[in-house]
Amino acid sequence: MKKRIATVSLAGCFGCHMSLLDIDERLLDLLQQVEFDRTPLNDLKRFTRHCDIGLVEGGCCNEENVYTLQEFRRNCDVLIAVGQCAVMGGLPVMRNAIMHSEDPLRECLETAYLNSDKIYNPSNRIPSDEALPLLLDKVYTLADVVKVDYQIPGCPPSGETLWNILEALLAGRPVELTYEQLRYD
Amino acid sequence: MSDSFKFEIDGVEVLARRGQSIMQAADEAGIYIPRLCDVEGLEPQGSCRVCVVKQNGRVVSACTQPVIEGSIVENESEEILGYRRDLVRMLYHEGNHLCPICEASGRCELQAMGYRLGITQATKYPYLQPVRPVDASHPDIVLDTNRCILCGRCIRASRDIDKKHVFEYVGRGIRKRVGVNGYNLADTDIALSDRAIDLATCPVGCIIQKGRGFFAPIGERQFDKRPITLGILPVKERSEQ
Ligand code: SF4
Ligand code: SF4
Ligand code: SF4
Ligand code: FES
Repeated sequence: MKKRIATVSLAGCFGCHMSLLDIDERLLDLLQQVEFDRTPLNDLKRFTRHCDIGLVEGGCCNEENVYTLQEFRRNCDVLIAVGQCAVMGGLPVMRNAIMHSEDPLRECLETAYLNSDKIYNPSNRIPSDEALPLLLDKVYTLADVVKVDYQIPGCPPSGETLWNILEALLAGRPVELTYEQLRYD
Repeated sequence: MSDSFKFEIDGVEVLARRGQSIMQAADEAGIYIPRLCDVEGLEPQGSCRVCVVKQNGRVVSACTQPVIEGSIVENESEEILGYRRDLVRMLYHEGNHLCPICEASGRCELQAMGYRLGITQATKYPYLQPVRPVDASHPDIVLDTNRCILCGRCIRASRDIDKKHVFEYVGRGIRKRVGVNGYNLADTDIALSDRAIDLATCPVGCIIQKGRGFFAPIGERQFDKRPITLGILPVKERSEQ
């Protein structure tokens, strides 16, 4: 039976997904071996079945990210953190290191929406529509929130790296990255 | 050569002279012992412990430990590699290392050490995400201590070679950091021509020359194709890259 893969981008930039597309014509080889369940690549928004592999790009910066990540954990046998954002927070995590006041989240939102002279915001309000997920107090890595089975560093990991890892995983053999395939940037 | 004697590194016989450190003897024999706080031309200070080896079964830092005649040194055993991985991981987790936006990425020794040791950034340790200052007051130089690994190379270069004492450790324990001898960098007599500012001095992206970031394209940076090893550190070669 074909393995089922699900993918998602949480607090990421979709660069890691672009990198997956960078495996070019090998995507066809991949489709011989796997079937994509929920993923932005086919625009399925919900899981249709339990999956073998979940690839998650981006860390958690809002409550929706946490909810989605937990759903992925429940629905995937092997959960893989893909890219620097998923592994250690990536660029969004900069907010953790600059916000160490009494009320960091408020300070962040006020700087973004109220207190800067570069902002046009006539209502002078911080967006708070029900449809908007609430920001978390700080940015969390995937492993802060759920159990993660593997981590692939890189921003993004190259198509070669992703292909190499997926191929090994599908074939059930250990991954061996070449020197050029392990990157933190 | 009556003062020279033999010892062994990972089963290879190596010749050493009396008074040499394990690192010096290994370097001369062409055997690479990983290192971060030690660099050619500066006094070793033995603080990062990445050069950890076992000499006659005792864990020591190779850059400061004199060779014992006839001793057996373990450099690349799984146990030693494990220690080094943990040390490098802790350095990563202790500061704010955002490699994707770092000017030193690709020529950074901490990152290169991670690659060499095959670290895929496991999350055994928490990310501390400390608040650390950036000093961009100087017209030519930035000090971004978010990436500082406290190796003290800038301190020794400024003190021993430039004779300026621009940098110094301040604080203790987890609060220890590198400070400058003045209100800020602009308040010191630091200059681009100082050894402390040379690209080969700071192993990470902490001391930055303004207007010189990202000078080598991805794929052609110092450690993009070659792992960090002997012969890759000479100051000249790195500065011209
Ligand atoms: S790791 Fe890099 S490429 Fe991937 S989501 Fe984060 S910022 Fe984008
Ligand atoms: S100093 Fe090195 S390890 Fe730290 S962010 Fe820069 S490249 Fe990465
Ligand atoms: S600024 Fe650079 S050279 Fe100085 S202690 Fe920090 S990491 Fe080492
Ligand atoms: S290189 Fe020996 S302790 Fe740092």
